[in-house]
Amino acid sequence: MWKVLAIDPVKCTGCLQCEMACSIENYGVIATSKSRIKVFNFEHEGRKVPYTCTQCAEAWCLHACPVDAIRLDQGTGAKVVDEGTCVGCKVCTIACPFGTINYVQETGKVQKCDLCGGDPACAAACPTGAITYVEADWAGLNKMQQWAAKTAAAVLA
Amino acid sequence: MGYANRILRVNLTTGTCQAEPLNEKWAQLYLGSRGLASRYLVAEVDPKVDPLSPENKLIFATGPLTGTIASTGGRYTVVTKGPLTGAIACSNSGGFFGAELKFAGWDMIIFEGRAEKPVYLYVEDDQAELRDASELWGKSVWETEEWIKAKHQDPLIRVSSIGRAGENQVLFSCIVNDLHRAAGRSGVGAVMGSKHLKAVAVRGTKGVKVKDLKRFLEATNAAKQVLAINPVTSQGLPKYGTQVLMNVINEVGALPTRNMREVQFEGADAISGEAMHRPRPSDGKPQLVTNAACFGCTIACGRISKIDKNHFTVKNSPKYWGASGGLEYEAAWALGADTGVDDLEALQYANLLCNEQGMDPISFGSTVAAVMELYERGVLTAEQIGFPAPFGSAEALTKLAELTANGEGFGRDVGLGSKRLCEKYGHPELSMTVKGQEFPAYDPRGIQGMGLAYATSNRGACHLRGYTVASEILGIPEKTDPLTTEGKPELVKAFQDATGAFDSAGICVFTSFAWTVADIAPQLNAAIPGEWTPERLLEVGERVWNLERWFNTRAGFSAKDDTLPKRLLEEPASTGPAKGMVNRLGEMLPKYYEVRGWTADGVPKPETLARLGVDV
Ligand code: SF4
Ligand code: SF4
Repeated sequence: MWKVLAIDPVKCTGCLQCEMACSIENYGVIATSKSRIKVFNFEHEGRKVPYTCTQCAEAWCLHACPVDAIRLDQGTGAKVVDEGTCVGCKVCTIACPFGTINYVQETGKVQKCDLCGGDPACAAACPTGAITYVEADWAGLNKMQQWAAKTAAAVLA
Repeated sequence: MGYANRILRVNLTTGTCQAEPLNEKWAQLYLGSRGLASRYLVAEVDPKVDPLSPENKLIFATGPLTGTIASTGGRYTVVTKGPLTGAIACSNSGGFFGAELKFAGWDMIIFEGRAEKPVYLYVEDDQAELRDASELWGKSVWETEEWIKAKHQDPLIRVSSIGRAGENQVLFSCIVNDLHRAAGRSGVGAVMGSKHLKAVAVRGTKGVKVKDLKRFLEATNAAKQVLAINPVTSQGLPKYGTQVLMNVINEVGALPTRNMREVQFEGADAISGEAMHRPRPSDGKPQLVTNAACFGCTIACGRISKIDKNHFTVKNSPKYWGASGGLEYEAAWALGADTGVDDLEALQYANLLCNEQGMDPISFGSTVAAVMELYERGVLTAEQIGFPAPFGSAEALTKLAELTANGEGFGRDVGLGSKRLCEKYGHPELSMTVKGQEFPAYDPRGIQGMGLAYATSNRGACHLRGYTVASEILGIPEKTDPLTTEGKPELVKAFQDATGAFDSAGICVFTSFAWTVADIAPQLNAAIPGEWTPERLLEVGERVWNLERWFNTRAGFSAKDDTLPKRLLEEPASTGPAKGMVNRLGEMLPKYYEVRGWTADGVPKPETLARLGVDV
């Protein structure tokens, strides 16, 4: 069964542990600039929002790639860049509506979230539970449960 | 490894930027950040220089854990000779700037000389250059950050800058990064202003490597776990921030009130962390919007609040309506209890001005408290100040914040700080300061050890140099009686030394609610060269303490400066558990000198310096 990253911005404190974990996982260095997940701080509203690839079923990047360098990982459902095949043409970065696939000067290839092969480092590093790795078909389960509790309280009151 | 092994030397007089290798021998002795920067300062600056002259230097320093995944590993320290005190100044800040500097590949920046015209330093990895800042001069911290990001078309740049207070050399002006995180105390902003350095803008993409990544992740994870199960770092601080203390400290009778005349404030609850959670009658919303973390922090004590739009201070100023930093305990106390003002919105407004224009809210609030006492005694009049300024007046507090931040009217006198202001108006005894620096939020009549910690702090009155409150009130690591002096010299020394190690590692001292140096050692061992034990870390702390003291001794300080205002030594607390008590500093100080290995005059003995390897 596939899983997805479930992001709850309300819980996020903006600590960037997730960004560091991502750069360590993929490059062995602590560098938020190399992270595939980005945390945006909307200072004037006091909101911090982690954002990364949601692994679209019909992935724009995958369909746009002229050399078929972006492939489906059958085990996790992630769309994964094969660095050996990628020619760095950046067409995928234009195709992706969300901006979550990006070119890396250093390697001449693109990078995107690949769910770390099924054990995402960001979710493991997040101290607040703002990023969790949950069953793809039931990403809303927690929220449903919270609302169910409220409803129950109202009904029983 | 851990270190970038490189420092940046910026000569503002000649306009040059040069890379130098880090002094690795010193790094093994002084670790980083506070300790290592102090070593450089001692080597390069004559302790007798005028702090605001080009001969003074200004150092921005990261620690070995800055920019790593260690919890709270985002701190940097600004070290210089402080204009408020004339002593060594060392102000620590969180936010994201410190980590960015390390990511760009620099452990430290040393600024020397003075630029003829306003400049800012722009660092992009290896590239560093001074740019013209004439357009920025006169702008606030907030405007400066926005301007620089727009100019370089790079929203990911991190900026540390001064506002108008630093430009005007307000003696308690600070350096602010990431909008509301500050190297706050001792007037480091005025030194930056005197050098015509408006801002430091950094973008770093190189990142940080550690000695043994796998071991490092194990060590940092174990240490994070300690924070995650400790009630203070996992519940109290995230929920209430440092403001968790307001009601606690008031109850033990140690909340300095109205220029430290009293030790309990009847309005404490109205300005507490709990109050920040309560819906306001005016708009039904609480002041607090959310908590927030500094770089890498798994505690997240930061407060992000929205002021009440209908409040008289901001009704007509939409620019203050958005979410912004505050209130922290120290600011809420200084702007509130110490001035007798219990209007939470007014405190947040004054706090916003402090962030916006770069002023230390502790020293500012405490100076206003002195003004209010002088006013109530008839020494200062409404004509001189421009308006009536009795204790409890939110109007006076917020008006003075505006005047001081902008260097106008009576604000220019407030900008001198409490000591010089009280001297100017003939009442030095009303200044609540040690070595010229204003007190923080713990009354030493109700917490005896803090009296000694204040009197001997190397940067003037300060709670962050030896926080014995942890032991005396909160029971961390073990409870001692706040009302006795017995054992306090040893306790103060232990806290001062441990704090030196925390500060030099590049992490936040708030971790010490849960961590001891034994939690830091394994993280350092996996990150940097050398074998680090708890004992060695405490020795680093002790070495740093003695080095700072050495600088101050050369700067002209002696045992006579290790004292407290008469009020705290002679006027007993009037209420609470410490009722009838003064601070009994005299019972503690001689013993303290003894356990420190200093002479009866408070000078480090040559054998003490030799034992610690203070190689000055
Ligand atoms: S680790 Fe979690 S709390 Fe921290 S920035 Fe990432 S999502 Fe937010
Ligand atoms: S505990 Fe608070 S001040 Fe310290 S690093 Fe975390 S958020 Fe910043």
